Amino acid sequence: MSPALEIQLVAVLTAMACALPGAFLVMRRMSLISDAISHAVLPGIVLGFLLTHSLHHPLLLLLAGAAGLLTVYLIELLEKTGRLREDAAIGLVFPALFSIGVLLIARFADQVHLDTDAVLLGELAFVPFDRLQWQGYDLGPQALWTMGGLCFLNLLLVGLFYKELKLAAFDPAYAAVIGFRPVLLHYLLMSAVAVTIVAAFHAVGAILVIALMIAPPATALLLARRMPTYLLYSVLAGVLSAVPGYGMAWLLDVSIAGSMATMAGVLFVVVWLIAPEDGLWARWRRRKKQQIDFALDLLLLHLLHHEHQVTALDERHPDTLPQHLNWTETALQRILKAGEQQGLVRITSGEVHLTQAGRERAQNRLEMLTPAQRLTSRPSMIPAEPLPLPQTRLRPHSRDQEKSVL
Amino acid sequence: MDFTLRVVMTGAALLGLISGALGTLAVLRRQGLIGDAVSHAALPGIVLAFLISGSKAPVVLQLGAAVSGTLALLWVQTILRTTRIRFDAALGMALAVFFGIGVVLLSLAQHTAGAAQAGLDRFLFGQAATLLRADLMVMAIVGVTTFFLVVALWKEVKLVLFDADYARALGLPVRRLEMLLIVLLVVAIVIGLQTVGVVLMSAVLIAPGAAARQWSKRYGQVFLLAGFFGLLSGATGAWLSSLAPRLPTGPIIVLLLSFLATLSLFVAPERGLLWQYRKRKKAARNAQQAVLTVLRELERRHPHEARPHPAASIQTLLGPEVPVNAILRQLERHGQVQHEPGRGWRLADRNPEATHESRS
Repeated sequence: MSPALEIQLVAVLTAMACALPGAFLVMRRMSLISDAISHAVLPGIVLGFLLTHSLHHPLLLLLAGAAGLLTVYLIELLEKTGRLREDAAIGLVFPALFSIGVLLIARFADQVHLDTDAVLLGELAFVPFDRLQWQGYDLGPQALWTMGGLCFLNLLLVGLFYKELKLAAFDPAYAAVIGFRPVLLHYLLMSAVAVTIVAAFHAVGAILVIALMIAPPATALLLARRMPTYLLYSVLAGVLSAVPGYGMAWLLDVSIAGSMATMAGVLFVVVWLIAPEDGLWARWRRRKKQQIDFALDLLLLHLLHHEHQVTALDERHPDTLPQHLNWTETALQRILKAGEQQGLVRITSGEVHLTQAGRERAQNRLEMLTPAQRLTSRPSMIPAEPLPLPQTRLRPHSRDQEKSVL
Repeated sequence: MDFTLRVVMTGAALLGLISGALGTLAVLRRQGLIGDAVSHAALPGIVLAFLISGSKAPVVLQLGAAVSGTLALLWVQTILRTTRIRFDAALGMALAVFFGIGVVLLSLAQHTAGAAQAGLDRFLFGQAATLLRADLMVMAIVGVTTFFLVVALWKEVKLVLFDADYARALGLPVRRLEMLLIVLLVVAIVIGLQTVGVVLMSAVLIAPGAAARQWSKRYGQVFLLAGFFGLLSGATGAWLSSLAPRLPTGPIIVLLLSFLATLSLFVAPERGLLWQYRKRKKAARNAQQAVLTVLRELERRHPHEARPHPAASIQTLLGPEVPVNAILRQLERHGQVQHEPGRGWRLADRNPEATHESRS
């Protein structure tokens, strides 16, 4: 495998591994936890580095994962006091842990190769240099195996606990009632997030991990209406950020992590613009259509109203219509064009006439607009007698009685 | 105290004051992490400002930072208005994507500008030691301006913070006021970036407000107190970090602030956890006394019946809110009541032997 292909593969695997737990984080409105964890793993990493003097020792991952879970635990502890909101709890915990990490680096690891830059930004370009050897065989870059394994683990997690995760995301109270142990599930998901972040960070850096965890699921949320499609689109969006991201980095010779994050953002914006239902373009089209529909209704009703009157000639002339409807000349032309296209009005010898379809639609609307008639034709919704007041349950002994006893 | 230290201490104090006080604007709206997003999103602005102007003057870079920070927040707002995506996801995405763009631009700058760009990344982690007197002037001017603005619009700011709907009903330009608050926040963040860096900025915004909130219920007091906490930690942190080599200022300030916030959580009067603990203790004691009094009264009224009284009758007398059973078991552990299984509870006797005989 060429180094470029190896980097590309690692990038894709990382994106996929991140998108899966990220999708559930976004669903549960806990996206910013990933931000907190990704920063707060620093003291764990530094501590592991100080103990083992290697950036790749398993102990490092363990300690970093522990730091990640500690973050989650501390945030929940602070929230549970009821004195702080979630945002403040997150904003207090992770900078404190990060500070400890930075101080540790500054005090004890200044001379060695461990930068906060390296942790925060990561560098995929070095992936091919760090290879996994087994009995003299070259098994490819180590990161390929780590990220592949992680991808598999996350897939396994989602596969095994799909129903539980889904329920906990949408209705945690119900999940608890039917015995799904949401706390356990919560920590399982959090562990997955922490492990993913830790494993991904030294390939791609702390910030990109956040981008890959949040942006693809957010993109998927614009398109999907059901959980399975949402998960699928999340993973796809991750891959579609990773591939062009690496391409751009290669073309411009810039940071791979940064350009993958950028591409994740670009992909979001593109989907945001063109998504068939929730996209900005679709929304704008829908609104325009509603405007034209409403204006057409107004025009049709106006024509219907005056159809057999003496003034009909005056009322349906394109020159006088803008005045009567309080529209501008151009607006009228647009509406008339739309009406002609839809076969609702017909312009003959400079006069606007209703077609049969137009007349039917106007009559239909007229019926809809007179709700009183429709209501009386149905059985009444208002009860004949006032409902009985709910009876207050009497408590056998109120507090006052208690005082009188004592 | 030497000149550099004085400058750094003043700068850190000013920064703490400004971002502490203005941070309450975000904390009280439960949007504290806006600071985190803005500070990360400032990076592309900083690098672009350098690439365009070729200058590394803090004011130029701060201007760029402010512009891209505001852009990121506007993006978040538009996403919230037009999609089903929630605040947390929109904010997190804006943060990461803008930062990613910043990293790309930074690596571009490394190619094109070569050595000239060195030092741009100090905004990432902050270096208080690079503060100059000119920076102090900028900070002071911006600080005074923002304070003046907030004080001049005090009533409106409060209304928008705590009851935006009511403010809208009164006919206040809520959208514009919110925009102003955001700009103020961005300004506070941008000023702090150079000193404490991207990651730690959110703590400098949030921690003073969170700490101050524990001490007071009134917004005016919280605002001032948060500013004071920020000032105190800024100055102390800068001083502490000068005492030993290789003690970066930013993390020290943040740790001080975290300490202050934690302390406030525990000891602040009324809201503090220690006070709450004492209150609970007292309530528990009162409940125990109530149960004992009821038992005593029952035994006084039925002197000839040597039978114990069931927990249910005590419960009836005290009302359903009192956890009678738990309290009775507590009292039993303390040896103040006795339980006769299947029959009920009675006061413990001074001399257990006698009762034993009389009962048998």
